[in-house]
Amino acid sequence: MRLWLPLSIVASWAFLAIFLPLFSLTPDAIDLTNILSPPSLEHWLGHDDLGRPVADRLISGAQTSFFVSLCVVALGVSLGGILGVSSAYLSGWVDAVFVRMVDIMLAFPGLLLAIALAGALGPGIGNVILALGIVGWVGYARLARGQVLALKHADHVLAAQAIGAPPWRIILRHLLPLIMAPLIVEASFGIAGAIIAEAGLSFLGLGVQPPAASWGSMIRDGTRYMLVAPHLVIFPGLTLMAVVLAANMLGDWLRDRLDVKEQSSRRKS
Amino acid sequence: MTHFLVTRILSAMLAILGVICLVFLLIHLIPGDPVEVMLGESAQPTDKESLRHALGLNLPLHQQWWIYFKGLLHLDLGTSLFSGRAIVDLLIERIPATLYLSLVSLIVAIGLALPLGLVAAVRQHTPLDYGAMGFALFGMSIPNFWMGPLLILVGALWLGWFPVSGQEGWNSVVLPALTLGTAMAAILARMIRSSVLEVLGEDFMRTARAKGLSSTRAVLHHALPNALLPILTLLGLQLGGLLGGAVITETVFAWPGLGLLMIEAIQQRDYPVVQAAVLCISVTYIMVNLLTDLLYAWLDPRIQFTTD
Repeated sequence: MRLWLPLSIVASWAFLAIFLPLFSLTPDAIDLTNILSPPSLEHWLGHDDLGRPVADRLISGAQTSFFVSLCVVALGVSLGGILGVSSAYLSGWVDAVFVRMVDIMLAFPGLLLAIALAGALGPGIGNVILALGIVGWVGYARLARGQVLALKHADHVLAAQAIGAPPWRIILRHLLPLIMAPLIVEASFGIAGAIIAEAGLSFLGLGVQPPAASWGSMIRDGTRYMLVAPHLVIFPGLTLMAVVLAANMLGDWLRDRLDVKEQSSRRKS
Repeated sequence: MTHFLVTRILSAMLAILGVICLVFLLIHLIPGDPVEVMLGESAQPTDKESLRHALGLNLPLHQQWWIYFKGLLHLDLGTSLFSGRAIVDLLIERIPATLYLSLVSLIVAIGLALPLGLVAAVRQHTPLDYGAMGFALFGMSIPNFWMGPLLILVGALWLGWFPVSGQEGWNSVVLPALTLGTAMAAILARMIRSSVLEVLGEDFMRTARAKGLSSTRAVLHHALPNALLPILTLLGLQLGGLLGGAVITETVFAWPGLGLLMIEAIQQRDYPVVQAAVLCISVTYIMVNLLTDLLYAWLDPRIQFTTD
């Protein structure tokens, strides 16, 4: 139950996002006879202010959030991982500069920097990924650095150094595999955070541009018709919450399963 | 102790300097010509040139930085391109609203999280615990730009108890503060629970029970004060989430604070105002963290501080 419910939600989210082109959906089809029509038997989730089917737009929005959150977390884990591991392993002035850099990045309240960056870079899905990636790598970097600091004097690393293994080999073969577990846990929470952040930026009008669908922009557009058509706000929000909740629960499950200590560095929008 | 004090203050100042540099560079991240983006493509060449001069964008980067930094030292943040007013005045106008909202949200968050976390810890592995932690998981997963509209729908449109948006009347703060506070309470409750659980296993708790204190008294007078200390520093960090989330919440409720100012400025391409708002919020965040750290050191002399 603790695993299967969240896993099935996340899996169907990923499935719908990846295989979207296989379904004949019409998220942009305007139907002026169906403006703001409530949920019915034919159209389960009703239509929006332009008569577009809400269900189709939700699935299209799933693709946006899936693509963005995957890219953001991949960017953050690889960049943060590489920087954090090399900084801890090389130590000396490299590490000192790195720690200062991380401190400065952490001096910005989480989402604030992402909003400012997205505002400067201009709207669009690529800029959203860039803005969230620039903000997101710090957490992974700090985590990776801490892990390596604890491990770099372990016997097997000393042994590898003694037989003359080069630094890159020690990092890749002897350090990275051991710090994967906490990084994976952090990444699963990172997925949840990135989904909320993408929707948040789109809610502010800084994310994907119309007519492309995002759960965040659907909520924003829906707030204008809240009294006459509350389904426009309720359904995208419920979907968003279900996926985020599932990702968080998966993270909790993974943490317990992989026996990783809780990190206090977690941020939330 | 003095050593800790000095290094902590120095590192905060270094962070502020770094934040200033990043905020300064923000305007150079704008793709293409920032002046053209701010004024629009149809602007007169003379207008463009005069703005370029006013912002100092024709100078080399290090000179621009130095001018920006000198301006900051004189509390001169430039003028708004949209309203033509001094940005400092705009900030001073908006700060009270954000401060008020943050404070009320903080009270809501602590008021919700303290009983939840405490009950969950004392009654660990009971339905009460699972209920409280379930609530926390929900609170963490509900984005505030969805919770806000839902609260408006129920509290303002259906029940009519609170105004839909803006800052009018005493009850206008209720919905935005609930939106921000619940999100924070969720994370806080989890922290309080784990912190109290840790303290409950200490020797002095057994002693307190052994000398005949009721379990309520032992928890409230012996466990809670010790458990709250580590929460304090986390509370400072949480405030960052609060300030970041306030940007979205203020937009949802048209709450006239710093966050709304920033979003309006982004929409108007008024980048000097965006820079100033980011700077103001971030510096506040750094100072609050510094203060909580110092408070922590003052409250708990047991702690040996390392300068990592």
